[in-house]
Amino acid sequence: MWSTLVRWYHQLGSPRYFYRFSTVVLPWLWVLAIVLTAVGLVWGLAFAPEDYQQGNSYRIIFIHVPAAGAALTGYVAMGVAGLVALVWRMKMAEIMIRAIAPFGAVLAAVALLTGAIWGKPTWGTYWVWDARLTSMLIMLFLYLGVVALMKAIEDDRQGARAASLLSVVGVINVVVVKYSVEWWNSLHQGSTINLTRETTMPAEMLVPLLVSMAGIYLLFAVSVLVRARAEILRRERKSRWLQEEV
Amino acid sequence: MNAVRKQRLFIVLGVLAGLAAAVALVTYALKQNINLFYTPQQVASGEAPVGSRMRVGGLVVPGSVERNQETLNVVFDLTDGKGTFTVHYQGILPDLFREGQGIVANGTLAQPLRFEADEVLAKHDETYMPPEVQDALEKAGHPGAGPAQDAP
Repeated sequence: MWSTLVRWYHQLGSPRYFYRFSTVVLPWLWVLAIVLTAVGLVWGLAFAPEDYQQGNSYRIIFIHVPAAGAALTGYVAMGVAGLVALVWRMKMAEIMIRAIAPFGAVLAAVALLTGAIWGKPTWGTYWVWDARLTSMLIMLFLYLGVVALMKAIEDDRQGARAASLLSVVGVINVVVVKYSVEWWNSLHQGSTINLTRETTMPAEMLVPLLVSMAGIYLLFAVSVLVRARAEILRRERKSRWLQEEV
Repeated sequence: MNAVRKQRLFIVLGVLAGLAAAVALVTYALKQNINLFYTPQQVASGEAPVGSRMRVGGLVVPGSVERNQETLNVVFDLTDGKGTFTVHYQGILPDLFREGQGIVANGTLAQPLRFEADEVLAKHDETYMPPEVQDALEKAGHPGAGPAQDAP
């Protein structure tokens, strides 16, 4: 088991293997991502029952929660890649940071924007400086910071090292975002989907939510893969394997 | 793992642990500033400063909402089970405002138990369900049926 993991780690750590591997899986992931996103969103936005309290305005949850969840998960993935890049100096990990950051920023922005749109009819305000909203805004700035650091430093590897550190350190903020609604009192409600406690949503709403979450997570993963491949092409343009491959 | 990598791993984890501790201490020290609102318990016990601007949050006490028929003035009590005080507000309430609902009000504590709000926001919880389920729960007198449905 462990040796298989180590082998995968070394194989996927090589740009050449990663490029070949992603060529094979990418078409399947594309299909899966588009189908799940379409099914989840149409089901949630058009067919799921309305809420007893919020009526139809709660439906934005089918975009808001997947976007916010994917932004958080993406940051953790970027932090892990940052750790690998700092300790093992693995090129593929540097490429992954570069691939994840801009899409993570977009997802964080979508979560903030849909949250504001949802906040007006339910809370009565677009924005309030409570712990959840503020820490999510910090997450958007951290993503943008990683993008900016990489762009600002001319040398790829130097830039990646600086961005890796920011990625690793920013993971602390992910924990703050996650628990902000439990540690402090806030206007934002607690989480609906819980692994340890009971989930406070009936199946006819929860299933489309989970489907659109799976779809948007996959769409995020597919985008990251495509961007990572483009980055491999740019960085390895002089290597012989690439010239043979393309 | 070779020695150089092991050393780098320890440095990175050390930096991370140090920063996490710093963030934990700072957020703990700023707890009252990060909390969005004072609870009715804090207001009732005199912990909330009288006369300065702040937010308060709590549940609207069922049966306490009094509306003036000619103006937009509305008076209601706010509670968290451990303390109660009165909120005076003039303006339009959000759609989700109803008795038993959690709200957050922005304004000043004019007297120890009299809060004058200039903004009222509705808080909603993490429970979602179709209206039919809510009706059924209410008919069955289920205790966990959520906030009272009767229009204010």
